[in-house]
Amino acid sequence: MAGESFLVRVTHADPVTTSVKRLRMQAIDGKTLPPASAGSHIILTLKTPNRLLKNAYSLLPSSLDGGTYEVAVLRTEDSRGGSTFVHDALSEGSELTISTPVNLFPINRRARHHVLVAGGIGITPIAAMAEELFRDNRSFELHYCIRNEPNGAFLKDLQARYGERVHLYHSDIGERFGVAKALPQQRIDTHLYVCGPEGMIGAVLNDASALGWLQENLHAERFLSPGGGDPFDVVLRRSDIEVTVGEHESLLEAIERVGVDAPHLCRGGACGQCRCSVVEKDGIIQHRDHYLTQEEREAGDAIMTCVSRLKGQRLELDL
Amino acid sequence: MSDIKSRPIWGRIRPVAHAARHFVCCEGSSAARHVAETFSPNAEALKQVTILYGNTDRNEEAGHTLDALGAEASLHYPTRQTLLISFKAHLKRLHMGAQIYLCGPEAFLNEATAIAESHGVLKEAVQTELCGANARRVQCVHCKGLIENVAYTPIACEHCGVNLMVRDHYSRRLGAFMGVCVDAEAPGDLPARESF
Repeated sequence: MAGESFLVRVTHADPVTTSVKRLRMQAIDGKTLPPASAGSHIILTLKTPNRLLKNAYSLLPSSLDGGTYEVAVLRTEDSRGGSTFVHDALSEGSELTISTPVNLFPINRRARHHVLVAGGIGITPIAAMAEELFRDNRSFELHYCIRNEPNGAFLKDLQARYGERVHLYHSDIGERFGVAKALPQQRIDTHLYVCGPEGMIGAVLNDASALGWLQENLHAERFLSPGGGDPFDVVLRRSDIEVTVGEHESLLEAIERVGVDAPHLCRGGACGQCRCSVVEKDGIIQHRDHYLTQEEREAGDAIMTCVSRLKGQRLELDL
Repeated sequence: MSDIKSRPIWGRIRPVAHAARHFVCCEGSSAARHVAETFSPNAEALKQVTILYGNTDRNEEAGHTLDALGAEASLHYPTRQTLLISFKAHLKRLHMGAQIYLCGPEAFLNEATAIAESHGVLKEAVQTELCGANARRVQCVHCKGLIENVAYTPIACEHCGVNLMVRDHYSRRLGAFMGVCVDAEAPGDLPARESF
């Protein structure tokens, strides 16, 4: 179900800021990496010392034409070790498996004006969108929330290329992006795209909705890391297999560990591909995705295996 | 209902509480009365309402009902063309936060939604309700001429004269149903007339 994958070699690895590292990758098995639309991400398979991790990273603007792909990875302390591994263990010459690009955060080309909002490392898909819009000579503006200038990944490049379209907000001096203040009197054919920390995305979407912006004009991308939890047993009814989901392991990872090819795509709770029917459960599903509606969550008969877990002992799935 | 997916399905207009502005464009007296009924319980929101009314069936009383709502602006136009010229001009000046409502006969909704679309306002962002005749706006696929208010099929194209079968196949860009030659094999042999 994972689609085509590519074996790649890291041809370039450099720090963008003190906490962000950029990797450039090229196919090593003769395949050419295909062009990718702005907003696309790839899944990197990371063989960390403790476990196999599959993490989604948005592609940078330099990936649009294909050939080589670039991602920028923020070192995070609370991660399961994926970002630390990218920072400490990957360098020029490292070999990796990556997925075909998937775009869950595309530009709406029927819109006439595009407002791009990025917080921190959320700049990666947003920068690709800015570049695609710039090349197409479309109307856009970019609002970039950073801690301070040295921490603003790609800031100088963005300012040099897009000039006055770039608006900055420095959180270290208390500047905040607010829809009402930053975007008064936006024309009616505007679409807004936001990527950044969870709290920021929620605030931007809520503000815009409260001002009467329609859901159809608002777009966000949030990838979650699975996060751990108490272990529980999962029974795959159709495969007739039972496996224990470990404390630091996702349900999807446990299913894959026993060799079952379960549907998945983004591995971050966004796309809906891994939705699985729950046959039986003796506890409560901890829904951590952004896909199921409130009603679907309450029904409790479906789970997104990439990020969600059971608070209980035993979960039986139709897999 | 046809299984042709492009056939537009009109909805119901419902004032959106948190919209920063309400922009209503309606045609015909039944649409005017419906708009007045729909908006009157929401009188507190009416300071930010603009209503454009096409008084196409010369019904002054329905117009007065709209005026009595006390909207910020209630503007009347004598024909569809003058109504839609004003609609375009207002669209260009609308800002995010505005909710657009369209109410009127099929051919009016056909043309007005296409105008909104051509201004970058997506169909999902416009509330619509069919109120009045279901006569259609049709494009002859042969000469590309547009025919307003087509009440039945088949019909002779008023531009090129070809006998057209009006299909449910609809162009959102043009705001028109497709009219296709119905008697190519046996000229003059027409199926029975059907009203919409």
